[in-house]
Amino acid sequence: MARIAGVNVPLNKRAEIGLTYIYGVGESKARLLLHETGISPDTYVRDLTDDEVIRLREAIDGDLTVEGDLRRERSQNVKRLQEIGSYRGLRHRRGLPSNGQRTKTNARTRKGPRKMSVAGKKKVKK
Amino acid sequence: MSRSSKKGPWVEERLMSRIEAMNSSGQKQMIRTWSRASTIFPEMVGHTIAVHDGRKHVPVFVSETMVGHKLGEFAPTRLFRGHAGGDRARMR
Repeated sequence: MARIAGVNVPLNKRAEIGLTYIYGVGESKARLLLHETGISPDTYVRDLTDDEVIRLREAIDGDLTVEGDLRRERSQNVKRLQEIGSYRGLRHRRGLPSNGQRTKTNARTRKGPRKMSVAGKKKVKK
Repeated sequence: MSRSSKKGPWVEERLMSRIEAMNSSGQKQMIRTWSRASTIFPEMVGHTIAVHDGRKHVPVFVSETMVGHKLGEFAPTRLFRGHAGGDRARMR
C-alpha cells in the first residue's frame, strides 16, 4: 500500500487517477504533480518505486494544502464569514447557496434531498 | 465576475471623506449611509456605520476581519418570517 499525504492508500489505479483520492488533489493537480516529479501518469500506483513515492510525497508537502489542513482552512473561511455576520455567513448557517443562486427550484446540493409534504397533514386536528 | 484589480476597490467618496474627517479629529459618530456597494477600508475599522437595508439603517460595527467586504453584506435586505401555516414556524 502506498501512503502519500497521510492516510491515503490508492492502489490498483493509474498514478494519475490514484492521486485524486487525496482530498485537495484533482485530476489537473495530479497531472501537475506527476509532471513535476517526472513520473509517467500511466504507471500504476502499485508499480511506483519507493523513490518515486518519496518524490511525490515531497512535492505534495512542498506546495499543496491537502487533507486535514485544507479541510481546516475551508471550515475556517466559512466560520469567519459566519462570525462577522455577513450575508454569505448567514447563508452558510441556513444551508442555502451563498453565491446568489436561485432557490425557488434547484439548489439541491445545498438543501439536500427534497422534503416532501406529509400526506394528510392538513386533516390532523389540533 | 470580480472587479478588475487595476481599478482598485471602490468606495463612495462622501463616506470616505467623512470617515477620514472623523479619524483625524478623533471623534466617533454613527454615519448613516445608503452606499451598500462601498468596500470596507481599513480606515473604517472601529467605527459604527448605519447601512441602509431599503427601509431603515442597520448599525454595523466594523471589525478588522470585515475589511475587503462590502457594507451591504452586513445589512440583510430580506425579512423572511416563514410560510403561512408552517408547523415548524409555530414550534419555534
